[in-house]
This record gives sequence, C-alpha cells and structure tokens, in this order.
Amino acid sequence: MPKNNLSRFIVYAVLIYFAVYYLLPLYVMLTTSVKSMDEIRGGNLLSFPMHITFAAWSKAWSSACTGVECTGLAPFFWNSVRLVVPAVLISTSMGAINGYILSKWRFPGSELVFAMLMYGLYIPFQVLLLPMAMTEGWMGIASSTTGLVFVHVVCGIASTTLFFRNFYVGIPDELINAARLDGAGFWRIFWRIVLPMSIPILMVTLIWQFTQIWNDFLFGLVFSAGGSQPITVGLNNLANTSTTVKEYNVDMAAAIIAALPTIFVYVAAGKYFVRGLSAGAVKG
Amino acid sequence: MIQSTRPAQYGFAERWLPRLVLAPSFLLSLIFIYGFVAWNGYLSFTASRLLPNYTWVGFSQYARLLDSGNDRWWVAVENLFKFGFLFIGVSMVVGVLLAILLDQKIRAEGALRTIYLYPMALSFIVTGTAWKWMLNPGLGLEKMMHDWGWTSFQFDWLVNPDMSIYTVVIAGIWQSSGFVMALFLAGLRGIDDSIIKAAQIDGATLPRIYWKIILPAMRPVFFSTLMILAHIAIKSFDLVVALTGGGPGFSSDLPATYMYAMAFTRGEMGLGSASAMMMLLTVSAVIVPYLYSELRRGRNA
Repeated sequence: MPKNNLSRFIVYAVLIYFAVYYLLPLYVMLTTSVKSMDEIRGGNLLSFPMHITFAAWSKAWSSACTGVECTGLAPFFWNSVRLVVPAVLISTSMGAINGYILSKWRFPGSELVFAMLMYGLYIPFQVLLLPMAMTEGWMGIASSTTGLVFVHVVCGIASTTLFFRNFYVGIPDELINAARLDGAGFWRIFWRIVLPMSIPILMVTLIWQFTQIWNDFLFGLVFSAGGSQPITVGLNNLANTSTTVKEYNVDMAAAIIAALPTIFVYVAAGKYFVRGLSAGAVKG
Repeated sequence: MIQSTRPAQYGFAERWLPRLVLAPSFLLSLIFIYGFVAWNGYLSFTASRLLPNYTWVGFSQYARLLDSGNDRWWVAVENLFKFGFLFIGVSMVVGVLLAILLDQKIRAEGALRTIYLYPMALSFIVTGTAWKWMLNPGLGLEKMMHDWGWTSFQFDWLVNPDMSIYTVVIAGIWQSSGFVMALFLAGLRGIDDSIIKAAQIDGATLPRIYWKIILPAMRPVFFSTLMILAHIAIKSFDLVVALTGGGPGFSSDLPATYMYAMAFTRGEMGLGSASAMMMLLTVSAVIVPYLYSELRRGRNA
C-alpha cells in the first residue's frame, strides 16, 4: 500500500520536525554555555562549539553579578533548596490530611470548605500580594525564607487537598467502615490504611509542588529580599544586570543551573510528573 | 461482629477531630485568601499610593485605571487579548495535532512524548532567558540567517514596540503546547478503538473519523484545556519579565506586570489593587460558571 507508506512517512516527518522544534532551544542553551564570548560572536546560534570551556558555568555559579553583588547563583540556589523542602513537605502533609477528611470524614459544611478551597485555586495571586506583603511586615517574616514558605503553603493547600481528595474518593468506604467497626479511630485509619495506599498520589503531589515552588518567580520577587531570594529571582537579576558586555554564555549556564532540579525530576519521575500535570488539569 | 451497626456511634473526639484537623486549612484560606481579597478590594477604594492610606475615595482609582488616557493599562489589556488568543489558539492546534499523530501507533512514542513535554518542567524565567538570547537582534536568529546567506533577514521583534508581545507568544507556545498534547493524548487513549474500526468498515477515512467523531467526543478535554490555558494566560507574569521586561517602554506589558509595576515600583498602591480586582473579575467571569457546572456534574455523577 504505497499511499499508506506515504502517510506514515508524513506522520513521522511532522513528529520529528516538532521534536527538533522543542529540542533546539535546549541545544542552543547547552552549546552557548560552553562557548567563549569570542566564539559566540564569531559563530552563530547553531554552530557547534569548537573549544569547549566551562568558564561560563563556574562564573554563573560563583561569581556572576546579580545586581550590586557578584556572588553567582550559588546562594540563590541554596535559598531555593531551603525554601522548597519545608514548603513542599508542609503543604503536602496538610493536603493529605485534608483530602482524607473531605473524602472519608465528611461533616455538615465540609463540602463548603471544599468549594472554598477550589475557588481559591483560580484566584489570580495579584489580589493577595499587597495585603500579604503588609501582613508579613507586621508578623516580622517579610523578606525571609519563613515568610516565603508561609505564602507557598497558604497558596499550595488548595491544590494538594484536591489531589488527595480526588484520589481518596476512589478508596472504597467499606474499607474505612470495616476498620471503624474494628475499633480503629481517625488517626489509626489514616496511618495504617489510607496512607500506605497513597504512594502514587504522594509522588504526584510532591513532584507537582516541588516544580511549582522551585519555578515560582512572583512570590520570590515580592516576598523576599537580599539574602533569601530564590533561584528564579537570581537568574532574572543575572540575565538583566546591565554590564558593559552581555555575556550570553553565562546567562545560558545560569538558566540551565536553575532548570536542572526540575529537569532531573521530570526525567527521573516523568510518569508522576505527567500525572500531576493532568491531575492539576482535571481540576481545571 | 454486628454488621448492621452503622458507624455512627463515635465518641466525642472522633466526631470533632475531623473538624479540628481541617480547621487550620480552613482558617488559613479564609483569612489569607478570602480575607485578603476583601482587603485588596478595600484598598482599591482608597487613596493609597506609596503607603496604604485608608481614605475612602470611591471608584476614583477605577476611573483612573480605566480612563482612556491611561495608555499603559489599555496596552496591557490589548496585549492580553493578543497574547491570550494566539497563545491558546496555536497551543491548541499544535497540541491536538501532535496528540493525534502520536496516537497512530508510533515507534519511540515515549521518547517523543518526553521531548514534547520537557519545557513544561522549566520555569518561565528559564524559558524567557533562553528565548531572549535566541531572538536577540544582534547575535541570535538574525545573525544565523545572515551567516546562512539570507543577508536581508531582519528580526527585531524583541526591541520593536509593535511586535514585542509576539515574542512572548512564541516562547509561551514553545513552553505549553506539549502540555496540551499530553492532555489530549490521555483523552484519545480513553476513546474506544471499536468506534474507529466500525467507522472504517463503513468506509470513512481516518482524517474524517477524527474530524467528525473523535474530536467532537473530546469536548470535555477541549474545555478543560481551554480553562487551563486561559488561566495561564491571565496570570502570565514571569515570561514577560524575563523576556522583554514589559518593554520596549511598556509595549509588552500584561495586566499582571502592570499590577506589579503600580503596586511595588511606582508607588500607586490604589491603582495596583484596582487592577488586581479587574483581573479577579475577569478570571471569575470565566471560572465561576465552569466550577458551578463541574460541581453540579460531580454531584450528579
């Protein structure tokens, strides 16, 4: 069937064309980051690096200027780590327990709480920025990692709760009721029955929250300063610091450094990442 | 064991424990989300500038915001329409096309999917920084074309006030179209193969089957994808900051960057909070009917 062969060929051609389209920026970032500025000026976007050098990488990590200070991305990177770990763990645990209640321990009014959380998912964060900035000032946690963790927890509860609730709805009520008849209480059922069944959704939520918080820029920009700014803010400052010579190789190395943790998670646990995306999508 | 007893006779603790445990989340969201929305709403009716000033001024911040002389806001709104329309439209077309093609029992489907979707793992700041370099008029795309012999090629969108918003569209599509593919592919996998076989026996061609039967059956996926993309578009902030900084001038501002500029750099808190309220109203106009129908469907299901 020659016609069929032709259409197969077209299908593959289009698919490969798009693969190239998605990969080219990554190729350009990687090759640019290992070129010297002379080579960048002499060649073009797609030219392959002749003399590979990691000078731009070490500069991006430890000595590039991000405004007045020239510390590279390293301190920002560690700020992000210090931010992400508590924010992800707290928001995920709260989501798990909330989801458990909203699916297995409903009470009059619990649906209202759920609807409240749902709508909160869609609120543009711009509406919260000014009051949050003032409140954090009063609470004395403005411009600190603690303050940033707090914002991410408050704004993350809705999605983590939704993930767990939708997952727990699928656990048969009979299982819970049987445990109740055996005398197990609220916590015992959660620890012994529900939580051990939650590994898949736990992975999805952890990865989703990690990606969201690591990649956040708005909150990092508004609610942190100097010593607590996350990596996205560092990268943006680095790339937009006006120096006499624009060093694109350093910019690209910095961009890759900022992207590495989430790319790593995506490659290592792609299945859960995709599920998280679509779970986050099903809610809307 | 007595099976007939319904699990209703719990102690005091078991009845109140769920409420007690849910309370912190309820309070956090009541105060720090809903309370703050109200507070921000209140600010938008005050004379606040650099510092909050609770003198009631009625709708005058809105009047200033929506005044036809406030070019910067109207540019931001116009940009949101341009960006939203193109970003959503093209991402949809590309995503649906890729999903359909990938659904044709393709070799190395897993690898291709991974490639299409990885941009979604990146921060918009990373995407913006990368595209800023590629699109820069001096050493980027333009120079490459010149090197390849197309010496008259010009690409100055990044510094051209009339075109700068379209660079945001280009980078946004690159980042999000793979995600649309993933959503639609999941939807396509949920469709029964026997429908396709039956239609093929009736002599329908594959493109016709997709157009007439399968795509119409995907309406829910279509709808929820539209919602997500619209939500991404309205919230877009990072990408503009990293790619164009809203410039040249304020030619590539979006409402989100406008709000930030007013509230945090220009000392126009009242105006900033009013613009945030406009964003909230826009989102609500889209989301509330959608949520309502979703919740109702959930209850009936």
